[in-house]
Amino acid sequence: MLDAAGRPLVQVENLKMHFPIYTGIFRRHTGDVKAVDGVSFQIMAGQTLGLVGESGCGKSTVGRAMLRLYEPTAGRVVIDGEDVASMPSEALRKKRPTMQMVFQDPQASLNPRMTLAEIVSEPLDEHTDWTRDQKLERVYELMDQVGLNRRFVNRFPHEFSGGQRQRIGIARALALKPRFIVCDEPIAALDVSIQAQVVNLLEDLQEKLGLTYLFISHDLSMVRHLAQRVAVMYLGRIAELSPSRDLYARPLHPYAEALLSAVNEPDPVLAARRKRIILKGDVPSPANPPQGCNFCTRCPKVMDICKTVKPDLVEVEPGRMVACHLYPAAGSTGASEAYERNQQGETQ
Amino acid sequence: MAEPAESVLEVRDLKTVFRTRGGEIHAVNDVSFHLRRGELLGVVGESGSGKSVTMMSLLRLLPMPPAEIRGGQAILNGRDLIAMGDDELRAVRGAKVGFVFQDPMTSLNPVFTLGNQIMEPLIKHLKMSKAQAEARALELLELVGIPGARQRLYQYPHQFSGGMRQRVMIAIALACDPDVLIADEPTTALDVTIQAQILELVKELRQKLGMAIIWITHDLGVIAGIADRVMVMYGGQIVEQAPVRELFANPQHPYTRALLQTIPRITGERETRLKVIEGQPPILTGPLTACPFRARCEYRHDTCDRINPSRRAIDGLPLGQGHDVACHWNAPVAAEAAHA
Repeated sequence: MLDAAGRPLVQVENLKMHFPIYTGIFRRHTGDVKAVDGVSFQIMAGQTLGLVGESGCGKSTVGRAMLRLYEPTAGRVVIDGEDVASMPSEALRKKRPTMQMVFQDPQASLNPRMTLAEIVSEPLDEHTDWTRDQKLERVYELMDQVGLNRRFVNRFPHEFSGGQRQRIGIARALALKPRFIVCDEPIAALDVSIQAQVVNLLEDLQEKLGLTYLFISHDLSMVRHLAQRVAVMYLGRIAELSPSRDLYARPLHPYAEALLSAVNEPDPVLAARRKRIILKGDVPSPANPPQGCNFCTRCPKVMDICKTVKPDLVEVEPGRMVACHLYPAAGSTGASEAYERNQQGETQ
Repeated sequence: MAEPAESVLEVRDLKTVFRTRGGEIHAVNDVSFHLRRGELLGVVGESGSGKSVTMMSLLRLLPMPPAEIRGGQAILNGRDLIAMGDDELRAVRGAKVGFVFQDPMTSLNPVFTLGNQIMEPLIKHLKMSKAQAEARALELLELVGIPGARQRLYQYPHQFSGGMRQRVMIAIALACDPDVLIADEPTTALDVTIQAQILELVKELRQKLGMAIIWITHDLGVIAGIADRVMVMYGGQIVEQAPVRELFANPQHPYTRALLQTIPRITGERETRLKVIEGQPPILTGPLTACPFRARCEYRHDTCDRINPSRRAIDGLPLGQGHDVACHWNAPVAAEAAHA
């Protein structure tokens, strides 16, 4: 993948996905659920961007809006040089083979009345004019790639275990040789010992086929393992976007910090020593977000400005983007002072 | 054996079978354990390992048929729950033993107010008057950290968030001041920051109330943070049992070892590749005549195919008191460790 290195395959700019709320007997448009409210990021070819956050933060909506499974309200989604968000439907149809999705629940995303062969070859029916034999040959090839025994080709989804079903979902996503795959919580429904099998498979396929992933998950330790860069979302916006190594070593945004500290440490000695930041309360409704920073209602380091002005996502250190008033953009004055203040906040 | 004086609950050779059209499923196979006063016992295992069925068998919360308890005893405060009649057992459920289920969305009744649901066990079990029960319900909501408890009493489940509902479930389970609280994956359906809130609450409540807790989970991270002692279940039996620090520092069963290696860490060196436990968990269609883990075990040898290993202590302490494991393979490893 030498030619691909260092070039973004995917560029998302100010993506918004608002769902209208209609109330009353006249179904009047009275508001919007701002599920995704101005999200921007890039993914380098052949790399993985982790997208993490809690339920309802809009991470799955980002993935779906990017592939035009929803019609985005605003913004650009450039995949391999073409803006998917504004593409007319015929062009979009031609584009679809290059961008695919692996869904969370392999039970719900596979048709129970179709055999493995039918499920995996359905994209081929739609997008190629191959003969039956050619398609079957491709199905076998895919089954080998994802580690499914060729003998299972005529079985139905209920005859497979959870991990095997997820392999079918991955084979289907790979059928048309995509370049970009959105993995929407692909391991959340699986048992611990099976999760590692699927994650290793995704890694092998990335290496072999040069795939680019958006890996959506709430499992922060798995994202650390898989992703080169990680975006932390909170209530429809990105709070922090940093290289994985930096984020996990030293989270900058107070929400990223709290989220990481809430992850359970699977070592009783370390767990006893660790100091956790316990956030108070719940996430506000995305239909009625706070006026200022979305995190200001729960932030342990909240200041007056946070309640009135939404912070922009700016680069505060080389390669690290943070949306927080504690960190003015790199280069402007006062950055070090704010950083000091934050450090004091931590030791209190 | 554990001294009866200090155990609140003592389970011996519990066996639960599901009779299905496809044959019998042996979900719980001769499970024995005890729970000390004030202790938090973690039960770890994958889906199908028998961890939930074991605990639900104790209170006969399983639909019977298809479930059938084939044998065993469960002594709670000197009385056997398994031999008890239905009426007697009803007086134990919710009063002596509280249960918190995984999904707070489905375990509350949507058409009753929360006040109603918290007061129900108080009126039924403790024969409180309505006014007394209401006062106690208010106290409980404050205990589990629900702000504005007085208004909240008259609200319905849909008006609460997931974390708040789980707090309410805990309040209901604690209502009658039980000796034992069984929590079945109580934080699995919650987000990490909310999970952290609930775990913190449970730690606080333990200090305040001192009840014994059985905590069922598949998440070793949760166990590491709160348990005193851990049982690892696989194939419907206990494969390893040890105090929490001992288990994580010195895991003996190949399954426990592999499980600890499959989970990626949030701190320390980033692993290049995750260790995998190949294969699938067993389907328990008959009584175990061989080690249930053998098909996935890297240390398998012919004894494993012939004999289901029984639990043995590796530290010379009586079974259940220290560290024990059910495996043929690691006998020499234990010896090596002792020499080292």
